[in-house]
Amino acid sequence: MLLSFASLAVGLFLLLAALLITLIQLPDKILILGLIVTVPVLLLMVAYLTYAERKIIGYIQIRIGPNRVGPRGGLQPIADAIKLMFKEIILPRTSNRFLFISAPILAMAPALAAWAVVPFAKDWVFSDINAGLLYILAMTSIGVYGVIIAGWASNSKYAFLGALRSAAQIVAYEIAMGFALVGVLMASGSLNLSAIVEAQAGKFGFFSWFWLPLFPLFVIYFISGVAETNRAPFDVAEGESEIVAGFHVEYSGMLFAVFFLAEYLNMILISALTAIMFMGGWLSPFVGTPIEVWFSWVPGVVWFFGKTAFFLFLLLWFRATFPRYRYDQIMRLGWKVFIPITIVWLLVVGVFILAELPPWFSIEGGI
Amino acid sequence: MSMFSYLKSLSLLELLKGLRVTGEHLFKPKFTVQYPDEKTPLSSRFRGHHALRRYSNGEERCIACKLCEAVCPALAITIEAEPREDGSRRTILYDIDMYKCIFCGFCEEACPVDAIVETRRFEYHGENRGDLIMSKEKLLAIGDELESQIAVDRAKEAQYR
Repeated sequence: MLLSFASLAVGLFLLLAALLITLIQLPDKILILGLIVTVPVLLLMVAYLTYAERKIIGYIQIRIGPNRVGPRGGLQPIADAIKLMFKEIILPRTSNRFLFISAPILAMAPALAAWAVVPFAKDWVFSDINAGLLYILAMTSIGVYGVIIAGWASNSKYAFLGALRSAAQIVAYEIAMGFALVGVLMASGSLNLSAIVEAQAGKFGFFSWFWLPLFPLFVIYFISGVAETNRAPFDVAEGESEIVAGFHVEYSGMLFAVFFLAEYLNMILISALTAIMFMGGWLSPFVGTPIEVWFSWVPGVVWFFGKTAFFLFLLLWFRATFPRYRYDQIMRLGWKVFIPITIVWLLVVGVFILAELPPWFSIEGGI
Repeated sequence: MSMFSYLKSLSLLELLKGLRVTGEHLFKPKFTVQYPDEKTPLSSRFRGHHALRRYSNGEERCIACKLCEAVCPALAITIEAEPREDGSRRTILYDIDMYKCIFCGFCEEACPVDAIVETRRFEYHGENRGDLIMSKEKLLAIGDELESQIAVDRAKEAQYR
């Protein structure tokens, strides 16, 4: 007990120290303020995403979902958070203690770090780097180490199986995802997320976004995103009915909660990225239509979060609809269906670009 | 796989159909009954907690025929009988062990005088060990308490018996 708390305290201290050092080195006060606002807002979004999930899935199953804590159950996530904080963290005797505790941190940190390059609205981005897309790919891939290390450090067969499944699955879908993003890269001519959004601006509003010319890539990117985040119907890494809870069987209390946070942060991230790459990020869908002026007062960040919320709803909808994929079928879908389709569509996009297909690829840009 | 079915699976048509079904359910009225704020209606044949009934003059109905004891598949009923001072045959012990009872309703069916009945009461508990072994006094008390409902339910079902 005492040892577990001590190691946790040391871990938290190191994390805080790292955070402080980063904060001191940052030159911009606004940036610090942004960080201080953004991280709690993201965590609050995660909390209420769990609430939304339980409510929406409940409604789809003709139930009413949580409704006891607060009005319409609105305080349920707070109650859950308090419960998890007060639960004991159990460290299995045969586990590797250091890895066991660092795994959730490894899962959570990249999920948060990836938000550094996400543009919430025009110029609302922490670091406007030109390799944004590569950074995102790197961060989402690092997340899998948390899962693998958790499965390995638990020294439990179910956790180990879950970790293996998750590793194979993420490797398979990473490739399809990467190829889908290559399509976006070709269409926008930039790796910078803000530039990708700007490239989608056009006088046809909704129809000048990349989802139309890159439709197969859009669908594949989103489905691969579902697989990346280990969400139903690709949740074989957890598979509560097959391998109990997969990689996090042995976790309890706050360590489990951190895994949970990481999973939901990744869900939000994938939805946000889909909105940015294919759905015009912060752009209004009414540009070029007669009702454009009615919506010109809406700030871009509202469009951005609205689109993100739409994709999050799709994720929950999928979970309520589809049964879990069989493991070999997941592998077949990833390697034998998605990757060929993306490669073929990359060629098609190349032809589009050479033909300067309006309105997306005309040479003047952004027509 | 034929070309047609291949294209069909690529179009995600089946998945969209599934999504439509669940999407429609999202807006359907919900079935949830928020017990204990709301309760579902009970049938007049509901088989809940047992009770022993009396005639309207206050005389207990049970004549210690022990048919219920004989028919009970769970052996939950124990009866001892002796003649009363007035010479009538009555039970001196009528125990139903609610830990054993499976609420099959055979005791009620076997009873020639409608003495042992199963009521609509299903929310009960015992706080100490042995609290759920119901004695004759307890069963009669429940009968007295719920008699109006019991009588209505028996009258309603009388035509089917």
